[in-house]
Order: sequence, then C-alpha cells, then structure tokens
Amino acid sequence: MKIHEYQAKQLMAAHRIPVPLGKVAPTAAEAVGAVRSLVEQSGNPVVVVKSQIHAGGRGKGTFIEHPDLRGVNVVTIGIKDGIEAAENAVADIAARMLGSTLVTSQTGPAGKKVNLLYVEQGVNIDRELYLAVLLDRTLSRNVVMASTEGGMDIEKVAEETPEKILRAEIDPAVGLATFQANGLGWGLGLEGAAHMDFVNFVKTLASMASQLDTDLIEINPLVVTTEERVIALDGKMAFDDNALYRHPDVAAMRDETEEDPAELEAKRAGLSYIKLYGTIGCMVNGAGLAMSTMDIIKHFGGEPANFLDVGGGANAEQVAAAIRIITADPNVRGIFVNIFGGIMRCDTIASGIINGVKEVGLPVPMVVRLEGTNVELGKQMLDESGLNLVTATDMKEGAQKIVELSR
Amino acid sequence: MSILVSTETRLLVQGLGKTGRFHADRSIAYGTQVVAAVHPTRAGEAEVFEGEADPSGVHDRPDRYQVEVPIFRSVIEAVAATAANASVVFVPPPSAADAIMEAGAVGVSLIVAITEGIPVADMVVAKRYLADKPVRLVGPNCPGVITPQECRIGIMPGYIHQAGRIGVVSRSGTLTYEAVFQLTRLGLGQTTAVGIGGDPVNGTNFVDVLRLFNEDPATEGVVMIGEIGGTAEEDAAVFVAKEMRKPVAAFIAGTSAPAGKRMGHAGAIISGGQGTAAAKIAALQEAGITIATTPSDMGMAMLQAMG
Repeated sequence: MKIHEYQAKQLMAAHRIPVPLGKVAPTAAEAVGAVRSLVEQSGNPVVVVKSQIHAGGRGKGTFIEHPDLRGVNVVTIGIKDGIEAAENAVADIAARMLGSTLVTSQTGPAGKKVNLLYVEQGVNIDRELYLAVLLDRTLSRNVVMASTEGGMDIEKVAEETPEKILRAEIDPAVGLATFQANGLGWGLGLEGAAHMDFVNFVKTLASMASQLDTDLIEINPLVVTTEERVIALDGKMAFDDNALYRHPDVAAMRDETEEDPAELEAKRAGLSYIKLYGTIGCMVNGAGLAMSTMDIIKHFGGEPANFLDVGGGANAEQVAAAIRIITADPNVRGIFVNIFGGIMRCDTIASGIINGVKEVGLPVPMVVRLEGTNVELGKQMLDESGLNLVTATDMKEGAQKIVELSR
Repeated sequence: MSILVSTETRLLVQGLGKTGRFHADRSIAYGTQVVAAVHPTRAGEAEVFEGEADPSGVHDRPDRYQVEVPIFRSVIEAVAATAANASVVFVPPPSAADAIMEAGAVGVSLIVAITEGIPVADMVVAKRYLADKPVRLVGPNCPGVITPQECRIGIMPGYIHQAGRIGVVSRSGTLTYEAVFQLTRLGLGQTTAVGIGGDPVNGTNFVDVLRLFNEDPATEGVVMIGEIGGTAEEDAAVFVAKEMRKPVAAFIAGTSAPAGKRMGHAGAIISGGQGTAAAKIAALQEAGITIATTPSDMGMAMLQAMG
C-alpha cells in the first residue's frame, strides 16, 4: 500500500525524523491560509506547493490543463515582496493545480487528477542526497541505500555510476549498527554536525522500516541545509499489505481515490485483478498461470485486458463477480477462462462457470479451458449449457481461439 | 531415488484448520506417513482420518485407510514422541513465521510452509533464525513437495504426477501442475516436484533445488519455472552454466506484465528495471537452458533439451 508524501512526513515526524513544516490543503483557500504561519514559524520567506498523488516524478511533471505549471512549485516572491505577495502567488498556483491532471514519468500519459496539495516551508539547501530502506531479495533482509546523487533518478545512477551508491545490510536481530551509520555518513562526505544529524536520521529510519513493515522508504532528496542540518525534503513510503493488520493507523491512511476502481471492487470480491489495456479479458486460477495466460494471448497476437486470479477454485459467485469486473471494461471483446482444476473437480468448476454466466449474462464470446479430474464431464456440461461459450483442450488452443473470436 | 521427500519421510502437520486438515487427509490418502499434528488447545487428542486410498499414490496398499494422528501442543513434544522428520505449515499468516522457527528450533530437517500472506519482515527474521540450523525451509506461499508414488507434502493434486525421470522446480503452483501434467502425458514423469513459492523472501531457491537434482542419480533433466521479480532465475542461470551436468528446460511467466505492478504473488513485481522476463530469459538462454515459448510447451522443451 502506498501513502502520500504528507502522510509519510507525518509518520517520520512522529518518529522524530526532521521534516520541513507543512500543511495539507484540499482547497486553494487553505493553501493560502497556510502561508503566513509557515513563513513566520520557519523564518524562511519561501514556500513550496506540492501535488499529492501516488506517483513519483512530480517535480518535473506538468499539468495537461496548465503546461506552464509543474507538479511541485517553489514560490520565491516572498523574499522580495513579502508574505502577501507570496499568498497571492499561492492562491493563483493552488487554484490551477487543484482539480487539474498531472502527468509525470510514472503516471502514464493519462495522468492523475490532483485533489490535494501540501504547502511546505522553504529550506536552504546546501547538498541533496539520496536515502532509502528497502528489501534486498537476494540477502533476504532490508538494506539502506544512500547516494551523493540526490534529486536524480536513482535507477539511472545505479546503472551509470554504481560506485556512487552506498549500501548497508540491516541484520534483523541487530538493526542498523552505529558503525554502519557512521560509515554511510562518511561515505556521503558528511562531517561535524551534519554527520551526527545523519547518523541519528538513518538509524531512526531503519528502525522505523522494521517497526512499520514498510516495503520501501525513499527520501529523494535528503537535504543538508546551509545550517548543517539533515532534513527529509521528500518522502515516499509503501507498506507490506500482508502486515497492515498490525498497523491500523497506517491502514487508515489508504486513499482509495488513488486506486483503480475496478481493482478495488475485485479486492472486495476476493479476486486478484490488475487492469491492463488490451481486448481479451482473462479469468484464471493461480497467479503464475494467470500471468502466463496473458503471455500466451500476446504470443498469439492478442492483447490481454487484465490479470485476474480467482484463487484456488472458481465458484459461481466468484465467476459472476469476475465477469462483471472484466466486462465493465469497454475494451473487452472476449474472455478466456483458464482453470487447472487441481484438487477441485472440473464438473464443480463447470457448474460454477455456468451459474456465474447465467447470473450476469455474457455480452462477449468466452473460451473455456478446463483441466483436471472429470474434465470430460466438465466440458460436456459447458457444451450442453446452451451458453455462448467455446471449450478448448489446452492453453494453446484456448488462446488461439479467443484471439480469433475477439478480432 | 528422489530429493527431499520419500517413503522414509515422517510428516508433522502444523495447523489443523480446514485447509490443513483437508490436505493432511489427501496426503494420507496418497500414502504419506503423517505421524503427528500440533495444535495448541487440542493436545492429547487424536485426529482420525479415513477414506479411500488415492490410487495414484504409494503402491501396494489396502484400498482404504484409517489413521489416528496424535495431536501435541508443541513441535518439540511431537518430535520427541513420533520422530517426525518433516513438517508442513498451514498456520495462518500472523503466527506462521513463529511456527516455522519452532520447527527449526527442534531440527525438523524439512519444513514446508504452505501459508500465503506472511509479512515479509516476519520471514526476514525467520530466515535469519534458521540460517545456522541444519534444516531446510521450502516456501512459504508454495504448493509443497511431492515425490510421486512415495510422499506428498502440500496442496497439489496427486493424480497428475507419475514417478519418472524429471525434476521440477517452480515459483508458481498452478504452473507446476501444468508442467507436471505435460511430463506425465509425455511419459517422462517426475522424480520430485518442488514448489519454492511466490514470496520475495523464501527458504529454498532455484539454485538449492538444482544442486539437489544435479546430485540425484534418478533425475535426468530439470524443468524450471520462474516468473518476473527478483534475480533468482539469473542466479540459477549462473549455477547451470558452471555446474549443472543435466539438461534444463525453463519457462518464465510475465513477458506481458507491466512494470511496478504486483502480479498476484507478493514477489512477482518488476521494480527499478530489475526482474523482467526478457532479462531472465536472456540469462537462461545464455546458460544453455532450453526455453519453452509458451506454458503449453514446457514438456516438449524438456524433451528437446534431452536431445
């Protein structure tokens, strides 16, 4: 589960990690209202207006409706002309950002609508660093990644100048040891007060990752100020869905408006569904089989409309829910049902499919491939059901048939 | 011969809920020796299993079975009383990692964790805990391990298997069944099929299983089924190129998967340009592994690799 930058910063602040002062603003008026107190409390005449969406690359992103505006806008007019001028500038910028569509390198060309802003104090930046805590799958433990190349695309840094990325393994029984934090700080070229600040920062961040079950904490950039303080200028956090049950406060931060409505509906029906952009809907049992069903459709010249795992079996309720979700996508011109019976008998699955289809109807052609115990009986039931569906004996034949039928 | 499990395996069941009980029964029907179960509040009782023997399982048995499996409150007591040497974990996610560590503490040499949805942080701790112990963890989030006609541990359908010549190792459950069924139909059969699971942190990896198959005299070739996410397939490619003396065929799921989306399995995600199907397929081909271009061709790819 992902959360917004402002929520990540609230969590960091609660763990005593330094973050800039900021206020959430769902309206332009509230954005304006935040300016005076931020400037007065921080003593910095600069404020920053930041779009809150679940996608990175906001700083370089632009709005479809306002190509001159970025996803993050630094308002400096207050330095010269005072707070009121800053307020006027924020009023204009916030009004145009809210409700508009931000396109970044991570949103896709359709972009994402901005419903929420975060207004933050300006910070006097001396250096920009990169810091993250994430799982290293080969080591089976979390690692800290740090780099002097803050504010850059870290994947590019990893590819082009891997020597600029420092790593420290977190032993789950120990946490991040002080000597490791010291080494990272020196590796980043930090000395004196900034080094001490950084050591506290990274140790707290590492323990926060394990306390909160994060998949990822990424701070890009982490800033060293001209006052030699270390502060999180940005904050990105994602959480292990399987561990949310022990963090109700984090689970409450879920913003469903950031998620695909069809994916949400599927989750409620106990289905694992991911929307894609092709024309052939897929209904499969098992994640690996579901993924490879998409692959085989593509192999035979079709484009999958979705990933959908119905789980162990396929009862009438699940099939009905799956058909409803798949056919709600206007691009879908056919459905491929691919079930490897396993423990469940194929006649049971066939009756699930028949009842599910009867419940919601079938507006597009459907090809069903069943395998497993009683497969002949299952196929016979489907063939005699009078429904507009075609059976296939294996995955290959099924994929070819549905590609043909959806042309 | 086979790897990991055989007729010598004495199985302990951790977690006797609906799924655990159902699959313990299927394992007994297959002919597996289920010798004990652990349940915190039912210690001292026995769970009775009875029914018709699975004809695809162990040969030369009566048509029906009736088994009383004693229940213990802890793994240490179960092992002391029954000499169980393998455990299957069906315990729900919040306590599953603890159950795995409990089996590891007693030195149960094979722990097969079926549970899906264990928090990653719990598995990080469990894996570190097991690191210096003489035990092997398979899974979690896996279908289990089966040596056809000898021993079934997990949730796979027994009847699709046939004792034979090919080792199978896979990150995906249903794709394992797909491969196994193709091998059975082609008459190649399986020595052992191992599901290593779809989670980002798991106990046993491709390389571990390939190494075991390499040393198993009965295994003549290996089908390996990978998917997007992580670099376990790339590591396997390095091992195969350097040390594998037997032909390997592979299928990688997820050539059509978009980056940044978790495809069902917690571990199936392309992140930061790492873990793509294309990169994995290239690495495997480079190592001389025969690639099945569709999941329907896994058996044929094995035949082809065997020449």
